[in-house]
Parts: sequence; C-alpha cells; structure tokens
Amino acid sequence: MTQHFATIEGVPPPFDTALSETVVRIVDLKRRFGQTPAVDGVSLTVRKGEVLGIIGRSGAGKSTLIRCLNGLERPDSGQIFVEGREISGLSERELQPLRRRIGMIFQHFNLLSAKSVEENVALPLKIEGLPKAERLKRAAELLDLVGLADKAKAYPASLSGGQKQRVGIARALAARPAVLLSDEATSALDPETTRSILALLKDINQKLGLTILLITHEMEVIRSIADRVAVIDAGRIVEEGAVWSTFADPQSEVARSLLAGIRPQLPQAIAARLAGTGREAILRVDIAGEAARRPLLSELATSIPGRFRLVHGGIDTIQGEPVGTLFLAVETASGGVAETIEFLNARKARVEVLGYVTDNA
Amino acid sequence: MSQTMLELLLRSLWETVLMTAASGLISLLFGLPLGLALVATDRGGIACNRWVNSLLGAVVNGFRSVPFIILLVALIPLTRLIVGTSIGTWAAIVPLSIAATPYYARIAEVSLREVDRGLIEAVRAMGGGRWAIIREVLVPEALPGIVAGFTVTLVTLVGASAMAGAIGAGGLGDLAIRYGYQRFETAVMVAVVAVLIVLVCGIQWVGDRMVARLDRRA
Repeated sequence: MTQHFATIEGVPPPFDTALSETVVRIVDLKRRFGQTPAVDGVSLTVRKGEVLGIIGRSGAGKSTLIRCLNGLERPDSGQIFVEGREISGLSERELQPLRRRIGMIFQHFNLLSAKSVEENVALPLKIEGLPKAERLKRAAELLDLVGLADKAKAYPASLSGGQKQRVGIARALAARPAVLLSDEATSALDPETTRSILALLKDINQKLGLTILLITHEMEVIRSIADRVAVIDAGRIVEEGAVWSTFADPQSEVARSLLAGIRPQLPQAIAARLAGTGREAILRVDIAGEAARRPLLSELATSIPGRFRLVHGGIDTIQGEPVGTLFLAVETASGGVAETIEFLNARKARVEVLGYVTDNA
Repeated sequence: MSQTMLELLLRSLWETVLMTAASGLISLLFGLPLGLALVATDRGGIACNRWVNSLLGAVVNGFRSVPFIILLVALIPLTRLIVGTSIGTWAAIVPLSIAATPYYARIAEVSLREVDRGLIEAVRAMGGGRWAIIREVLVPEALPGIVAGFTVTLVTLVGASAMAGAIGAGGLGDLAIRYGYQRFETAVMVAVVAVLIVLVCGIQWVGDRMVARLDRRA
C-alpha cells in the first residue's frame, strides 16, 4: 500500500492501477450545527493518486466536510472509509494512529512559532515516537523536496507566506500519509505564490503518486491542479466530474457562477446594449475537445452566407483538453444566424443567442 | 548607618529573597498545571469538563478573594503541620505559596488561552493526543507569557512578603515597618526602599530578557 511512497524519489505507479484503488470513500455524510446542516448527505470517492478538488462558496460546508475526514469534526451520520478502514465512530484515541495516514495543510499554515522549521517538519514523527536523528534526517529530505533546505534552522516568523506553506506541506508529508488534505491552502497567498505552491503540490502528486483532496473557493486552483472536481452547495454535492468537462459545460448554477471569474465573459459594453432585435446577433459559443481542435471559425466563414465578427473569447487548455468560449456577432440581414447555429451545433459546439446589437462597438 | 544595621539589612534581604524564590517556585510548580487544567477543562478545551472547570475556578477565586493578611493567620494550622512551626521565614513560605499559586494560575491561564487554536488543531491532525498538545503546543507557544507572568508573580511576592513580618518572618518589608516606620529611623526606611527597588528592577530585567530570548513570534 505504502510502497510507492517509501522513498522521496519514488516513482509513481502506473496510471491505470493508480486510479483503480480507493483511498477515501464517503457515504451519505451528514453534519449539522444547530438547525443548519453544514454537510447534508455527501457521498464521494477519492481514488489513489488523483487530485480531487472540492469547490464551493464560503459557508457551503466544504470545510466541515474535509475536517470530518480526519475526525477533527464528528459527523452526525454517514460513513467515512480511509484506506478501507471506517473512521467515523472511532474514539479520539483510536483516531490518533489513523490521522498519521492523513496529512493536512491549512489556510493559515499553523506552524508552531516556538519551533524551528526542521522541528516543525519533524513534529509528526516525534509524536509517532521516532528517534531524534531519524526524524531530523526525514525532515531534511522533506525540506529538500519543498526547496527550503537552507531554512532548516530558521523560525517560522522569519519566513514568507509561501515559505510557511512549503514548511506546512513538508510537515504534512513527514509521516508518509496516504492522502493529503488541503484546507484552503493557498487562500491566504498572493497569486504568484499561489501558483508556486500549486505547482509544488502537483509535482508531489506526480512524483510520489500522493493522493490529494483539496477544498477551495477559487476555480483557478481547481483548474491548475485538480483531476476531478466536486462542486458543493448548501452541504450537497451538486456536480462532479473531470475538471475540463466541468469547465466546458458546468451543470450547476454555483459552478457557472464560480467559473465566471476565470472564463471569458461578454464584455460589459456589449452586454449593456443587448436588445431584442438588431443588426447583429450576439452568440455565445462554447467548445471543448473535438470541436475546439478543428478550424471551426474558418469552416464557418466559408460555409454560411452572412458575415460575422469575433467579439471576445479564447481557448484554454485544461488537463490537456482545449476548452473555449467565443462571443460572435453575426449579421442578421442575410439570414445567416439560424444557419450559423445549425452549423455550430452540428460540430458539437453549444450555442446560445444572448441578444442583438445595432451599432458596432 | 551602623554595622549592625547593615547586617540587619543584608539578613532581611536574604529573608525576602528566600521567601520570594521559594514561594515563587512552588507557585510555578503548582500554578502552571492549575492554569493548564483551567484551560483544558474549559468549554472547547482539550479535556473539556464543566464540573472540574467550575470546581477549579471556584477554588482559585476563593483563595484569591481572601486578603493575604487574613490568609496568613488562617493558614497557621496548616503551616504548623507542614513546617513544624507557625513563625519565621520558612513558615511564611506556606501562606505565600498558597496565595501565589492561584494568582499565577490565572496569569498562566491567560497566556495559554491565547495560543492559536489552529496550532492545537494541526497537532491533533497529525495524530497528537492531549499530552502532545500540552508539551508541543500549549506550553512552548505560551512560554513567553508564562515567563512574563512568573516575573509579575515574583514582584508581587516581594510586596506580599512584607506582610509576612506579622508572623515573624522577617524580610525587608518587616525591617522597614519596625525600624523605619515605628522607630522613625528615616535612613533605614530609605535604605530598605532603595534595596527593594533594586531587587524588583533586577527581577523584572531578568524576566524581560528571558521573554525576549524565548519569543520567536516576531
């Protein structure tokens, strides 16, 4: 079970077997605070070696959910299996050895200010009862992994936010956990530092085959690191799937709203002038996978009589899949709008008529 | 100032230092665990227990509300049981310790309560139990405050030990009252006060230095 994680330089297991094994399984989990349900019947599976992102607005229940996984929060009902062992219903003392199989990183890092960087990293091993020389050796390996070998003797107060989170990651990995829980680990960091921390997590995920379950309210985090995403709203999973397909075709209102910030949007100047009729129809065209790989606009230009212009849009690559949104203004005079929609639909693009504009802008 | 007076002053200084140090150490020894127990048994603590918490709180408040001079007299039977006599410097250490322990427990409690709950959570998440939380988080993280609070307690004990003269414990305060106040020997009074100022400043200086060395937070 732990073999692939036995050394820091360990090679990842073959992809298909990695995904076949379940590390965490949650069945109909419920937790309420007073009258308000925080987690209201969540079922989820995390497979070995994958990065599962749980996204939701604040107060959606994601924090409670992740804290149930290592028993920091006690569920009211439902079951949680970690590596096949049920952890719900265990006493605090019974949970302690199991928690060593679950690493956790936090939004505010939670490093001990009175301990040096290496002592912080070695702490899980001290609690486990390892001799000092051994745990400091392991701490040095991990600090090397996160790129902070030169800070071993420093104290957390002298580190930047990004460095603190690197120490947090090294500490979470010290006891060679089966899964890493990330509780908004980049929410307190600036965008650049966020990217470097996410890159580190992705690197660890790939190098060590470490399973990661993260919660966030930022789609950017999901986009850059997750394999699968689960969208949580009011304590329930409202949508779950591969990240690229959720980005290409979000099913829930929450997912659409959370995506709004990082997906192309119709420019405000045009959105403000949309009317029921006009010289041009404004179309929103969502394309992904096959549809985004072909010379779609070129084909469109030669196939339909009317003229169109590209107003806004772009194509992104998510998990190696092209996912794009284009906003086209199609002239209505020649009657090409219906043909355009038909043409695009036939090529697996989703088209929505947003409205009409008259004057060019 | 005469030779005898100087000797008396030195002896009194020694008595004050002895009373302060001994009762200070005892209050540290018992007050810190008591402070830990108050924090741990409180709501949301690591060993939450309302009954124990209320009981400990009541005992601490009870001792703290009794004026020291009354405690000094009221504890005479206990003092006799422990020290064998109810008068003298060693006899004063018993009531001083019993007064300082709940005082210090409350000060330690404040520092321990200020430890970020996220840190406790982090250690729980890595599989640490109560003992690990106390040893690795609560005490080390609160240590600057624990030491600063101990300094305050020692200074308070220097003051309280003056009252111990009432049971013949001696000390600087007693010297000041008997010679300086009751016999109108102003020189003695001034000398005693000067020594007390130096003593208190010394304790505070050492305490501040230790806190500065321990504090890694900035």
